[in-house]
Amino acid sequence: MSLTTPLFASFGGAIEFIFSPQASNVTGGKTVGGIDQVIELTFDQLEVTVLALLLAIVIALPAGLYFGHRGKGELLAIGLGNTGRAIPELGLIALMAAVIGVGLFNLTVALAILGIPPILVNTFVGVREVDRSTVEAARGMGMTQFEVIRKVEAPMAVTSIFTGIRTAAIGIVATATIAPLAGVATLGEFILGENVYGTNGVVAGAIVVALLALALEFSLAGLQRLLTSKGLKLRRT
Amino acid sequence: MASLAALPLAAAGEVGEGFFRDRTTRPCQASSSHLFCWDWAREHIDRYGTPALQQLELVAISVVLGFLIAFTLALIAHRRRWLRPPLLAGTGILYAIPSISFFLLLLPITGRSRLTAIIALSAYTLQIIYRNVTVGLDNVPASAKDSARGMGMTDRQILWRVELPLALPEIIGGLRIATVSTIAIATLAVFAGAGGLGPLILNGPNLHFPTTIVMVIAIVVVMALTFDAILLAIQYFATPWRRARSS
Repeated sequence: MSLTTPLFASFGGAIEFIFSPQASNVTGGKTVGGIDQVIELTFDQLEVTVLALLLAIVIALPAGLYFGHRGKGELLAIGLGNTGRAIPELGLIALMAAVIGVGLFNLTVALAILGIPPILVNTFVGVREVDRSTVEAARGMGMTQFEVIRKVEAPMAVTSIFTGIRTAAIGIVATATIAPLAGVATLGEFILGENVYGTNGVVAGAIVVALLALALEFSLAGLQRLLTSKGLKLRRT
Repeated sequence: MASLAALPLAAAGEVGEGFFRDRTTRPCQASSSHLFCWDWAREHIDRYGTPALQQLELVAISVVLGFLIAFTLALIAHRRRWLRPPLLAGTGILYAIPSISFFLLLLPITGRSRLTAIIALSAYTLQIIYRNVTVGLDNVPASAKDSARGMGMTDRQILWRVELPLALPEIIGGLRIATVSTIAIATLAVFAGAGGLGPLILNGPNLHFPTTIVMVIAIVVVMALTFDAILLAIQYFATPWRRARSS
């Protein structure tokens, strides 16, 4: 009993922090937490995540489709993927804050940099794995290069492309948690500001961040199902 | 951060040996535009050894633990296919939860400890390894399994002598991705109170001293790519038949 009581007390306090404002001993009488602040910071984190993800997609998707279509740059793509995975998020955000400066724009760019490698590599691999005879058949039907990419290669690579986008989204939303280090308020505010928000705030932040990440993951999985062509779904079952 | 202004603005050339040994001063901070101060890095490189090893230890334990669990799950799902969707979804959820969040959610249960970091990091590797082992086993040609059966092998013999060796490239591929990403993510283990290289970035005035940050990034990337190369070499020597086929 004595072992489990503090455990539930801590999670209970965090849940309380999410729904109703609490007194803080450093803000001079002002309350912290509560559902309004939680919703506001959740939207802040979602905003920077979506901006960065869109920027990463706009850059990496066309590049992956092009290089996959041409069958060029395999070593470059794989090397980029490996190095991208090896970059510590905390280091990247701190370096950006220290060298380039803080702010929403810089943060978006830094987060997009984290998202580019998985999208680029998975798009590239997905397009490369499209059956060459299918591509030849499309050419035989008189499709232009652009049509081959748009109507054949991209739809058939959609599973791989979405694997990349979902990996990127998971990395970006997770890293957006430490955005307060770069001067942008997100749910990380609760996590990094333990002296203001207390332990309850830290655990509350962790709970909401986890829920936000899962919501994003499920939304992208749903979007993937919508965008997968009916013919491909039939083939798989 | 406030301590930045108090630093002495001495040029590197004007000071004697004792100055560099005194770890409280940083000559390069005189010009904040310096991205990387070689003198400081050379002088303080020994500071990074212990945290780097600490981070590697966390990763090694987490990846081995994650591999044992994911590999077992994949073998179970190999025979009982109905287990596949729930296992994929379950490991997917563990993968999607941001590590920093995972660390902090464990705090009320396991406290600020290495155990907290190890649980969260191995949970993160499950999906990557599980998916690769499953794909590897699925890609084994039916003809290879039929031949093995024709030679009189039992299911268990087929699994260990035919299917798993043929799936080795995918399995090691998963291990490589898991190892490289975990080495990078373990920098966040500072939030679990488990040490590693993260504290060097997060604590003290270093948040505005790029040299430390560049050093940490460089060490992490080099460690990750080194272990990637080691695993690639293991795959190369463990699958001699692939070389025979390609030559």
